[in-house]
Amino acid sequence: MEQISIAGQLFQYLITGITVGSIYAMVAIGFNIIYDVTDIINFAQGEFVMLGGLTMVLFHVSFQIPIIIAFILTVMGVTLIGILVDRLAIRPIRQPSVLTLIIATIAVSFVIRGAAMFFWGKNPFDLPAFSGRNPITFYGAVIQPQYFWVVGFLIVVVIVLSIFFDKTITGKAMKACADNADAARLVGINVNQMIMLSFALSAGVGAVAGIIITPISLMEYDRGAMLAVKGFGAVILGGLGSFPGAIIGGLILGIIESLVAGLISSGYKDAFALVVLLCVLFFKPSGILGNIEISKIKRF
Amino acid sequence: MMLRISKYSIFFFALIIILFPRIASNISAIEHYPDIMIFAGIYCLITIGLSLLMGYAGQISLGHGAFYGIGAYISAILTTRFGWNPWSCMVIGAVITSIVAFVVGAPSLKLKGHYLAMATLAFGVIVFIIFNEEIEWTGGPDGMTGISGLTLFGFPLNTVERYYYFVWGIVLAVFIFTVNIIQSGSGRALRAIHSSEAAAMAMGVDVSRYKIMVFTYSAALASVAGSLYAHYLNFVNPSSFDIFFSIKLLIMIALGGMHYIWGAIIGAVIITFLNYEWLHYFEELEILVYGAILLIVTIFLPQGLAGIPAIVKHWFRRTLSDGSR
Amino acid sequence: MTLKKLLIIVSVCLIGFGLCISCGKKVEKDAYKVGAVFSVTGRASFLGDPEKKTAEMAVEAINKAGGINGHPLDLIIYDDEGDATKCNLAVKKLINKDKVCALIGPSLSGLSLAVLPVAEKNEIPLVSCAASYKIVNNEETGKPYHWVFKTPQSDSMAVEAIYSHMKTHGINKIAIMSGTTGFGASGRAELLRLAPDHGMTIVADEKYGPKDTDMTVQLTKIKGKAPQAIVNWSIGPTQVVVVRNWKDLGMKNITFYQSHGFGSRENIKLAAGAAEGVLCPLGACNIAEQLAADHPQKAVTMKYLKDYKDKYNETLSSFGGHAWDSVHLVADALSAVGCDKAAIRDYIEITKGFVGQHGVFNFSPDDHNGLTKAAFNMVVVKEGDWALTD
Repeated sequence: MEQISIAGQLFQYLITGITVGSIYAMVAIGFNIIYDVTDIINFAQGEFVMLGGLTMVLFHVSFQIPIIIAFILTVMGVTLIGILVDRLAIRPIRQPSVLTLIIATIAVSFVIRGAAMFFWGKNPFDLPAFSGRNPITFYGAVIQPQYFWVVGFLIVVVIVLSIFFDKTITGKAMKACADNADAARLVGINVNQMIMLSFALSAGVGAVAGIIITPISLMEYDRGAMLAVKGFGAVILGGLGSFPGAIIGGLILGIIESLVAGLISSGYKDAFALVVLLCVLFFKPSGILGNIEISKIKRF
Repeated sequence: MMLRISKYSIFFFALIIILFPRIASNISAIEHYPDIMIFAGIYCLITIGLSLLMGYAGQISLGHGAFYGIGAYISAILTTRFGWNPWSCMVIGAVITSIVAFVVGAPSLKLKGHYLAMATLAFGVIVFIIFNEEIEWTGGPDGMTGISGLTLFGFPLNTVERYYYFVWGIVLAVFIFTVNIIQSGSGRALRAIHSSEAAAMAMGVDVSRYKIMVFTYSAALASVAGSLYAHYLNFVNPSSFDIFFSIKLLIMIALGGMHYIWGAIIGAVIITFLNYEWLHYFEELEILVYGAILLIVTIFLPQGLAGIPAIVKHWFRRTLSDGSR
Repeated sequence: MTLKKLLIIVSVCLIGFGLCISCGKKVEKDAYKVGAVFSVTGRASFLGDPEKKTAEMAVEAINKAGGINGHPLDLIIYDDEGDATKCNLAVKKLINKDKVCALIGPSLSGLSLAVLPVAEKNEIPLVSCAASYKIVNNEETGKPYHWVFKTPQSDSMAVEAIYSHMKTHGINKIAIMSGTTGFGASGRAELLRLAPDHGMTIVADEKYGPKDTDMTVQLTKIKGKAPQAIVNWSIGPTQVVVVRNWKDLGMKNITFYQSHGFGSRENIKLAAGAAEGVLCPLGACNIAEQLAADHPQKAVTMKYLKDYKDKYNETLSSFGGHAWDSVHLVADALSAVGCDKAAIRDYIEITKGFVGQHGVFNFSPDDHNGLTKAAFNMVVVKEGDWALTD
């Protein structure tokens, strides 16, 4: 009987926590991109992730398209759906209040979920792992190769987005819309186009998240809601509108869940993570890295 | 914003409530509607409180499914495990829920916007997990059976019609009480909070006290609704009180129109019938159609269904003035 | 004033909508009406979806063969979405409005327990498609409920099949994994309840959510406790993920038992090779090809397998067979006694030797399930397919 040391166990909890947390962080980043430009929390964010996973299965497994091309096609396809969501559901709303926009995104999530159920059915689907399924043993802990892809993609996405928002004109224009849409309009920024772009980007990031987690956890039509809740938790914990916050929030949630499941109670792991979230909010109402000004958003 | 609610309209509302089962029982296609209306009435109790909280005090909550569940589970546990009288259970449930709401609300209501949404959502998820995990007390995911029915002055509320009148009687009473709050000084204070907390505070309104009061009141109503639900269905299980139910409540408010207290009732009734009856004919496409309907209402009636009269009036006036020109 | 107008509009719409939807239905005077409530969509669609498909297929076959003594069988199916309220309303609607002779379903144990008093009160036979033994065992009297039957094997039978298999292989130190759904929780409860009787020591009792992404943590914890075997009780994607994690963690020396929920070949495929060596108790219809030619259920299960594949072009699930059993049980009763609720009940209660998908049923006044532990066969995953084991 092969034994596992306490240290090895802890190490394993940490690794799994980081992986799961990275997934939450990816979803949280998607929330942030749209929030940064529009003040909208897009409750359909989880559906983008689900669509990413299932579309990749369609292209790569069903149509046998090589993985890189299928990856690009999937991200493009889901991006297109993000644009459609903006054009068909968000932009037509006159006098948008925060509640109306929340309901609109919830309605969108129902439509996407219903369509996905109709198209793919209710069964889960699998995607081959990007670099095989032979786990690596490391100091007593076991690491699936796919874990590296998850963390790697998170880092790449963060770097690319940071460069985009800080260094490019379009990125800066998008940020300007968030600070003050009217002022942005006055200096000649096409606000509607920026909003559309934010939905496109966010859907793209969601699709990437879906593609990389499907080999770990499979994917089915109704997984989006739970991912959206976790991602929303991460984005609030880290502070709305902050990319480093999203990553910190996601990782903290993932690691707490993992450690609680391993050391205290696996039934209450999600509850513990949320209690921590609440405690943080009670002491710092705008999240760990959030800006108190940003948290004073429009009323409901 | 709908400020005045005439006695006339409340009388008309009461009349519909009284006549509905009589009319329905004579039309075979809708003879089972009063049964669905019972659940709509139970949801109305929650949405009336929630509408006060959201539409008037401007605070969002994604945790009212949990308060509803706490009321239901307290009734279920006390009646089945300890054989207590259902009425006292209902009161105890409301009291305990109010205390929980106060304890949760006091720190949470300091949060703003999406942070408040997440805090209440987190509370809802935690309570749901407790319902699922404390199997010894709650029966776990499979739920609890054998919850006794209600008896009013020795008169068992054991038929659809009796329970219908009982539930809707409570809804009417709560509705009138809530309307009175809105039309009183407290109502004005609440609306002031909604418009601008800073301004309300400057005018001497104790903002946080009002917010917590409304939050607690709406939670107590949800708890009573939960007890009514448990005693009617004689069964509770956690999935009736999950976050998706809280979201459904939000949808009811938004669809009905959150700035109108009538919106709470219209939204609850319409969504209940869409969910439990009308959309059933779309079978597997149900959720897609449901989403599409929601989206269409959100786009074309951002003020909700209760906002229709205002739009009609506006349109009517414009056509009239166009015609006279 | 405007409010009054609005109220009128709403009530007119309400009534109008209700009317126009209901008038499109055609009513066949001659048909035997049977009602069914399945969780076709929502959290328990893994049960309801195959059950609905199976039930529709079975009814179609019965009607194609001339119906029941010339009466067509009209099965009215409602989807409860796994929701207690919706399920309750659907059952009452079937009884009071659709006036059916018998009820089939619901798919979930919790919901079956919830609507069982409704069936008792309205004196209508209900054949549940859910597993819990509580459905056919009134805790107060220790006898079955008068009007309620069920076709699936009880979870306790699956647990007993697993425990006896363990005993013959010298396993007595085990760990439990379960999903926090009704399916997982009732399996877990039975595993805990029956462990002392079979001399099992449970060293770990871990849980995970139905949408969790990774179960490595729980398994690592179990690895530290070094049990001889793991029993996992869950449904949907998590039961596949857990098997994969088990393989990744190199825990192949700890025998892995799954619940009967694993009984679809789709799961073996999804596990991508990780399921080799996994054991689970399965009903006859999930291993139709493996049954001996003289097995009493060979013919019915092979036919079901073929028909289902031809009609829906998908792998047979673990649960669809329960609907087949329920529909045919009711159909047999209808053909014997016609649409008489009390007579249907009495007929089902004395039915013996009914060959179904999940076993040969022998009902009696003391047993409204009619199955024994023998309805489960222990199978092992071998070269990507099931193989019978002792």
